[in-house]
Amino acid sequence: MTPDADIRPSPQALLTQATREGRGRLKVFLGAAPGVGKTWAMLDDAHRKHADGVDVVAALIETHGRAETQAKLAGLPQLARKPVIHKGRALTEMDLDGLLARKPQLALIDELAHSNADDSRHEKRWQDVEEVLAAGIDVYTTLNIQHIETLNETVARITGVRVRETVPDGALEMADEIELIDLPPDELVDRLKQGKVYPADQAARALGSFFVKGNLTALRELAMRAAADRVDAQLREHMAANAIAGPWPTQERILVCINESPAAREAIRVAKRSADRARAEWIALNVAQARMEALPEADKDRLAGSLRLAERLGAELATLEAEHDVAEAILTYARDRNVRRIVIGRPRPRPVWARLTSEDVATDVLRRAGPFEVTVASEPDEKPKASRFRLPRLRSEPRAWGESALAVAIASGCSWAAEQLFPVASLSVIYMTAVVVVASRRGLGPAMAAAVLGFMAYNFLFTHPRYSFHVSRQGELLTLGLFLAASLVTGNLAARLRARVEAQAAIADRTNKLYDFSRRVAAAATADDVIWASVSHVATTLRCEALLLMPRGAELRVVGGFPPEDRLDVRDQSAAQFAWEKGEAAGRGSDTLPTARWFFLPLVAGERRLGILGIAYADDRQLARTDRRLLDALIDQIALALERLRLTEDLAATQLATETERLRTALLNSVSHDLRTPLVTIIGAAGHLADADLPPEARRDLAENIREEGERLDRYVQNLLDMTRLGHGALKPRLAPQDVAEIVGGARSRMKGVLRGHDLRVELEANLPLILADGVLLEQVLVNILDNAAKYAPEGTEIGIAARLAGLCVEVAVTDRGPGIPRDDQARVFDMFYRVAGGDRQRAGTGLGLAICKGLVEAMGGTIRAESGRAEMGWPDGIGTRIVLALPLHNPEVAA
Amino acid sequence: MSAHARILVVDDEAPIRRLLRVALEAEGYGVIEAGTAREGLAMVARETPALVVLDLGLPDADGLSVLRDLRGWSQAPVLILSVRADEAGKVEALDAGAQDYVVKPFGVKEFLARVRGLLRDRGAEAVPSVLAIGPLQIDAADHSAAMDGVPLHLTRREFDLLWMLASHRGRLVTQEMILRAIWGPAHAADSQYLRVYIRQLRQKLGDDAANPRFIATEPGIGYRFLEAPDP
Repeated sequence: MTPDADIRPSPQALLTQATREGRGRLKVFLGAAPGVGKTWAMLDDAHRKHADGVDVVAALIETHGRAETQAKLAGLPQLARKPVIHKGRALTEMDLDGLLARKPQLALIDELAHSNADDSRHEKRWQDVEEVLAAGIDVYTTLNIQHIETLNETVARITGVRVRETVPDGALEMADEIELIDLPPDELVDRLKQGKVYPADQAARALGSFFVKGNLTALRELAMRAAADRVDAQLREHMAANAIAGPWPTQERILVCINESPAAREAIRVAKRSADRARAEWIALNVAQARMEALPEADKDRLAGSLRLAERLGAELATLEAEHDVAEAILTYARDRNVRRIVIGRPRPRPVWARLTSEDVATDVLRRAGPFEVTVASEPDEKPKASRFRLPRLRSEPRAWGESALAVAIASGCSWAAEQLFPVASLSVIYMTAVVVVASRRGLGPAMAAAVLGFMAYNFLFTHPRYSFHVSRQGELLTLGLFLAASLVTGNLAARLRARVEAQAAIADRTNKLYDFSRRVAAAATADDVIWASVSHVATTLRCEALLLMPRGAELRVVGGFPPEDRLDVRDQSAAQFAWEKGEAAGRGSDTLPTARWFFLPLVAGERRLGILGIAYADDRQLARTDRRLLDALIDQIALALERLRLTEDLAATQLATETERLRTALLNSVSHDLRTPLVTIIGAAGHLADADLPPEARRDLAENIREEGERLDRYVQNLLDMTRLGHGALKPRLAPQDVAEIVGGARSRMKGVLRGHDLRVELEANLPLILADGVLLEQVLVNILDNAAKYAPEGTEIGIAARLAGLCVEVAVTDRGPGIPRDDQARVFDMFYRVAGGDRQRAGTGLGLAICKGLVEAMGGTIRAESGRAEMGWPDGIGTRIVLALPLHNPEVAA
Repeated sequence: MSAHARILVVDDEAPIRRLLRVALEAEGYGVIEAGTAREGLAMVARETPALVVLDLGLPDADGLSVLRDLRGWSQAPVLILSVRADEAGKVEALDAGAQDYVVKPFGVKEFLARVRGLLRDRGAEAVPSVLAIGPLQIDAADHSAAMDGVPLHLTRREFDLLWMLASHRGRLVTQEMILRAIWGPAHAADSQYLRVYIRQLRQKLGDDAANPRFIATEPGIGYRFLEAPDP
């Protein structure tokens, strides 16, 4: 899958970056180890530039005494080195000032990681390079991977060798171009052994320690990753071309946590980017909570969209359920899945009271992350807004309000009765009960209504002064307060509980629908099945009409509809076209062509657009939001199912192509061998017949030989023809009632010559019913089988043809006493060009005969199988080969 | 016997014409050759050969159309040369009036047997009423047949069938010909009857379909009474 377009820097951006005005361009020849040929490659490149007329100067080249490097240097202008004293030793360094004064277009400066002698202007050579670049001179330089500072530690761990000279990562970032000089470890070791890298004694030491193949492989991968990190497709292709295994041995994963906040999208992009860089797998995790169902529609949409984005970008989707400690759930999951880095969206500012009670998940995760690397991603543009405190929903259906009134009435009745029977100090408890009952049954609004009503009734009926709303005592006010508080608490609890139950039901319903659909789609074997299942499922689930359009050639065509529909009017057609081209929703209720009757959504799998799904309602209403989310989920499944089929088909096509290629080769071999062999005999014998003065006996022999070989050639050609006709489906058997005995007779007379060396025994059951077959083809089948039998069975042995009635078939068995076919190969002998391995014993044959038999027999509605010979005709069991044809009867009713 | 009968070979392949010429001349026939359909038709008209050997695949015209043309004005028997892949063509050619066929590649022996079969008794006014073929004696006058002197008990239809095949021995007799002659034109397509009768007849003759001495099957086309049954 290609990464999302907006994640990779655009080529334009890279270009701009590269031509930072005035600065020279830096090209780094990056290698995994000494000796891979970096300097050589650099010189090679420089020679080309030089030849193009670029002013190149080799400012500093370390030849390490290698002759081939030295030779390569010839022909390039060189800058004299500057002698310096370093720790009491006379050395030479690059003449930086000389280079700046000379001001070539391109300077070659070997070994970027080099540390300069004490008195130099800069401590490190990369700093020299920086100055040279700043002077507007392009620089070519070389670098080994173990010198990069951040990788130094890793390299030391891998190789046990710590290098002292390092360059900061930033130095590599300066590079406008990185060329990876890659040499497979084996070749590098060879070069080392040949003394091309170090002098012999040093080489032996190096081979023992640093240049171990395992080290080199690891370094090579490191180098490639470093390069891939920085650069682009070119290098990726290089890696692909060299078939270097992608991810690291320890499968580290990246986890991105997704919730409904807008920052989730950015978190997904960040995760995708680091996953790409690390070549790691990544997981998008959503922690499902009951509160999610109570979210505003816009938030739900955003969450669904984020999940889909993650899936499209190649994440593995995971869902956890956790009500309380979400952070703990995330961290546990991360540990289980060997996650290295967690990406999470920056939390939105929350109201003060919320912060007092609990931390937000992101902060919580950060605080408890422990070994994990946590990245907090914030939404790029949108100003995070504090989520406002929202009043719980107070609206309820009219019946609920009625129930409040009823409850208060009953409570009043009860209170009156209680007062008559025994004086109760606090009748208000009865009203309280009513309030609690209403709260638990109907939620907050009705509960509060009941509280107020109840208080008024209590006040009016039972407090002094009676039958007036006048409140005389402070205690009565307290009662009202208690009523309200009780109703608030209970009602809230009840409302939450109900919201949760409703949410669960909605989730279950949607899950069921999706599950149902995925089962149907999984069972679909062809694109047509998937299309049909899709439209019918969408239509029945959303109670709408559904259409599926896919590109057929240049145009978008309706491929399925429920109810069937195959034309759209112009407006709908253009809405569909828009949805297809832009990959966005279009049509009814959308931003594009909202007056169209149909609403279209693109089917996208990965980066591929597969088709368009359209829905319309009989009453032309718009798609409801909740339905839209379900539809989105369905659409993803449809797209995945279609994509799965496409991939399967691609795979099958590839396999077919390979198979075709194999067959073609086999056919060519067969033609050259099987056509020539008989010709050799024919030409030779004919020549001999014409020239020599032979006794009549010998003449007859030769002539017979020619005839037999000619017949063999004829059979071969016939087989080739049959094969071609079978392959093209051009072979149409002319089925007619046939007498097996007659067919056997025909085959036998045609094979008289071939079977001369064998003893043919025919045992046909008496009164066999007629079979339904094509006489000519069946004869050809028998001829092929007999030919095969004669080929493999030793001369002088028996070949048997037997036929018997077996249920609604007649079984014709040809048995020989040859070497037999191993049980495992018995099914494969009918493959084209298959021959049981027989070493020298193998005789000329096409490997086509039995394959054609199978094709012909199956075209006639029969079956063919190979088995080991069995005890029959007085032969022992398990010897030789038995090919059995089963052919349908002409008149099954009569036989039955 | 028409030892000097002239036979026209129409085939575009010179090697095949040469082979047939050598074989036929060795048997005492006169041979004339044509390489194209046009030439062939002209020669039939000019030379009135006793037999035409016609290849179905000619370069300038379809063998079938040549045959239809020919049948319009000539009664000369036609022996078709066909290739095995062209089953349908063979049947059509027989329907169009060819008498027999050989499938390329063929043995010269087989070819000569066909030629003999087609030329035998042609022009003779009466077919002899008693046939003796190997051990088999058939008497048309009193509808009796005997094998090695032992009388065979044949039904009327079985006898008719035997007589028809034997009197055409060496020649192809199509299912349709037999059905028309013995069961009448209404039954020309009922090859079922024929199969049953052939099977019974074979049984009474002691013949084995898997290794026939007398009656050979041409799958899907008809039967052929073998010219010189093996003893």
